[in-house]
Amino acid sequence: MSPNQSFELCLRMGDNALILGQRLAEWCGHGPILEQDIALTNISLDLIGQSRLWLSLAGQIEGQGRDEDKLAFFRDSNEFRHLNLCEQPNGHWGTTLMRQFLFDAFHLPLLEQLCKVEDQQVASIAQKSVKEVRYHLRWSSEWVVRLGAGTDESHEKMQQALLDVWPFAGEAIQPNAFDLELTETCPPYNVQAVNKAWWSSVNEVFNQANLDVPEANWAPQKGREGIHTERLGFILAEMQFLPRAYPDAQW
Amino acid sequence: MHSGEWSVELIHSWLAAVKDPEIPVLNIHDLGVLRSIEMLDAETVRITITPTYSGCPAMNTIANDVRRLLKSKGIPKVEVLESLQPPWTTDCLSPQAHAKLEAFGIAPPQTGSPDKTALFSEAVTVPCPQCKSRNTQLISQFGSTACKALYRCSDCHEPFDYFKCLR
Repeated sequence: MSPNQSFELCLRMGDNALILGQRLAEWCGHGPILEQDIALTNISLDLIGQSRLWLSLAGQIEGQGRDEDKLAFFRDSNEFRHLNLCEQPNGHWGTTLMRQFLFDAFHLPLLEQLCKVEDQQVASIAQKSVKEVRYHLRWSSEWVVRLGAGTDESHEKMQQALLDVWPFAGEAIQPNAFDLELTETCPPYNVQAVNKAWWSSVNEVFNQANLDVPEANWAPQKGREGIHTERLGFILAEMQFLPRAYPDAQW
Repeated sequence: MHSGEWSVELIHSWLAAVKDPEIPVLNIHDLGVLRSIEMLDAETVRITITPTYSGCPAMNTIANDVRRLLKSKGIPKVEVLESLQPPWTTDCLSPQAHAKLEAFGIAPPQTGSPDKTALFSEAVTVPCPQCKSRNTQLISQFGSTACKALYRCSDCHEPFDYFKCLR
């Protein structure tokens, strides 16, 4: 993996984890029951921890003196490389779970691919993260099934949540030029394997949850190229305010 | 103490005083997070630790505690590095750690039962650390810290933490 490729990949992985982690943290103190409030904040913590590893490596590779905090707090929206799925609002509990499941089903096979690449620093972070993300996918899958195959009302809300979130899911599995380049130059990484694993989880879980899988007509999204929805600005305003207002603030 | 009067063995024994801030019955040897102790020169010691979970805030506390302890023992320069390779798993816990966890009221990871399998694997049976009953149920895969799940005993009705298996 060339330094440029590795930098780009670290930003993508780090930004996905950072922005989704920040979103999930909004649930802190608002979960429907204490145990699930704790579950979501645990997942948020895992993601922010992973983000720190990825962005710290990105900063090292770049060699311009930016550490993980500089990258998280002092970039503007067009410099973020995450999927637009990650920045979509939490909605209700079912919407959050649906977004989480569609992301986890992509995140796990992607990390499994990255565990095997030659770049040892990238592989190390992937090997660390993959163990945590297995728990995330299991948890979100179980909740999608519990609610999708639950009462009439929970089923209806989950089907609607799926319709709401679905248009943003396509970006995760539609390879762009960078994914194709990595597949070509960094075997055994293979973007098609991620795509296949995602569909397999999606079909299995939605089948068990009695949810209809919508047509694969995705909204065109270019989060990975830095073109985000209007949601991101609000997240950054909240997340970056303090370090930007007090740049030398320390814990 | 003057430079050169400390050995790797001595430092190793000192570090037994550094505890997990969340689970104070385990020290860093029990946790299996201490990877190496190196004497770089007469004044500098490098300690390498590995994180349990990526976001575990205990790692910062542990690194600070290591620094503070070794400084207090008279070592002028202490470097604490984090290494991810090989990744930590619950197999890194010392044999004593399991008994210490159980005595503290936290069910130790069930060895030989990697409960990580995505998508509806069978849940593992976790015996209650209070009454030892095997009639327990999972409340949440995510508990009070990143490394724990929450269970309840159906016999003594006590909720308890389970140090979940990570492999």
